[in-house]
Amino acid sequence: MMTATSSSLSSSCFLLPSQGPNRRMQWKRNEKRRFSRKVAVSGVITAGFELKPPPYPLDALEPHMSKETLDYHWGKHHRTYVENLNKQIVGTDLDGLSLDEVVLLSYNRGNMLPAFNNAAQAWNHEFFWESIKPGGGGKPSGDLLRLIERDFGSFDEFLGMFKSAAASNFGSGWTWLAYKANRLDVANAVNPFPKEEDKKLVIVKTPNAVNPLVWDYSPLLTIDTWEHAYYLDFENRRAEYINTYMEKLVSWETLSTRLESAMARATKREEEGSDTEDEENQDVEEPEVYLDSDIDVSED
Amino acid sequence: MSSFGSKRMAASSAVTAGYVLKPPPFSLDALEPHMSRQTLEFHWGKHHRAYVDNLKKQVLGTELEGKTIDHIIHTTYNNGDLLPAFNNAAQAWNHEFFWESMKPNGGGKPAGELLALLERDFTSYEKFYDEFNAAAATQFGAGWAWLAYANDKLKVVKTPNAVNPLVLGSFPLLTIDVWEHAYYLDFQNRRPDYIKTFMNNLVSWEAVSARLEAAKAASSSSA
Repeated sequence: MMTATSSSLSSSCFLLPSQGPNRRMQWKRNEKRRFSRKVAVSGVITAGFELKPPPYPLDALEPHMSKETLDYHWGKHHRTYVENLNKQIVGTDLDGLSLDEVVLLSYNRGNMLPAFNNAAQAWNHEFFWESIKPGGGGKPSGDLLRLIERDFGSFDEFLGMFKSAAASNFGSGWTWLAYKANRLDVANAVNPFPKEEDKKLVIVKTPNAVNPLVWDYSPLLTIDTWEHAYYLDFENRRAEYINTYMEKLVSWETLSTRLESAMARATKREEEGSDTEDEENQDVEEPEVYLDSDIDVSED
Repeated sequence: MSSFGSKRMAASSAVTAGYVLKPPPFSLDALEPHMSRQTLEFHWGKHHRAYVDNLKKQVLGTELEGKTIDHIIHTTYNNGDLLPAFNNAAQAWNHEFFWESMKPNGGGKPAGELLALLERDFTSYEKFYDEFNAAAATQFGAGWAWLAYANDKLKVVKTPNAVNPLVLGSFPLLTIDVWEHAYYLDFQNRRPDYIKTFMNNLVSWEAVSARLEAAKAASSSSA
């Protein structure tokens, strides 16, 4: 999980650290791990996040997502978030933490610190590239399909709700499928007898850089609906981009792997006992943005 | 809606009250090379058009049907707890105001009373320029940056998504659209270059001055 090398993003970045999102531990500065820093030839210390390439060549998603889009979206937008984040946190308390930790700390319960936008966008984009693959699409299977059918009625109903959320997320943002473990739907409530049925899949749409990590959800899938994600290929036709994304690009295998990890983590937290269910965690707000298909501001 | 509100609306805009997609006051290729015809074709011809068309569909059969855009904006802003028609109505208004903020061979410096007030409220034109550029560059995500007038003062404002200074109690005088669709075809991710080009080559200071006059007249007549 935490390595001794520079804190580059690992492919397991979608997992929360193995000590669990135990906020007392995470937010104690004196328990922050020290990482060796990357030291450039000039002796200047830089913060160590790296721009990881997508797990496929930049033209591999054609014709559904063009190489030109990847060149800009990964090569410029995503790169800029990483570079600016590094500049922003070098020499500060956030320097040396994992990306997940920087995101959670700088979210600061919605009163975002300056590093949040860059950190969360760096996280979101890496998660996004890993959510898709050449020859993607089709349907999920196994546990993921079972939970989708349980929590949304059917795969088609899930698909309709997800697409509608993504189409109606006005302005810049992301739409997510996430696994929500062990909480009731009521803010500040704690379930003393957690059951399998309490753990649910949810669709969440978020503005700008926000992601469901900040509500202690485990993201499984995301789609970027900032205009830069689809403008070169689809111009203003966001709905068409979303359809193409779901039908031709989504990597259901990756989502299944993420679900397994999320479920395993939830089980482990239960086994570790109720210290994760204390007052500290009751500070976590319920998300402000839910699926709301009444508001139609889709542009096509 | 108060009569002051409607005066502010009428004074600060040449925006028509009906749900009409008004063409920009220049041909779609007239802003080249600073803003391409292709951008105008999409930005005006598709995005702006869709806001107008969707607004019409959205208010059909509701109590908003037949109301002016300004009425809809004020009603649906609802103190920030936006009602469904707000986004389309405000975006329709914002875009018309945006096209009318520009002209071919625009840019340069303002003159007359506008310049005097900018120098008074920002110390110098250059300081205003820097503040406006910074606001436009740092509006994270989608939104707009504005020069606005309220209480006899000029100020720079940045707003998210569809929000505009009308609902915040000011007269808009100038705007730049910083939604990515406004600059992506011409500048890709280089938003600061787009902002500079807008300020140096596109702003119609005459339009801004005329709006200032109207704003001052509206303010004093309702005092």
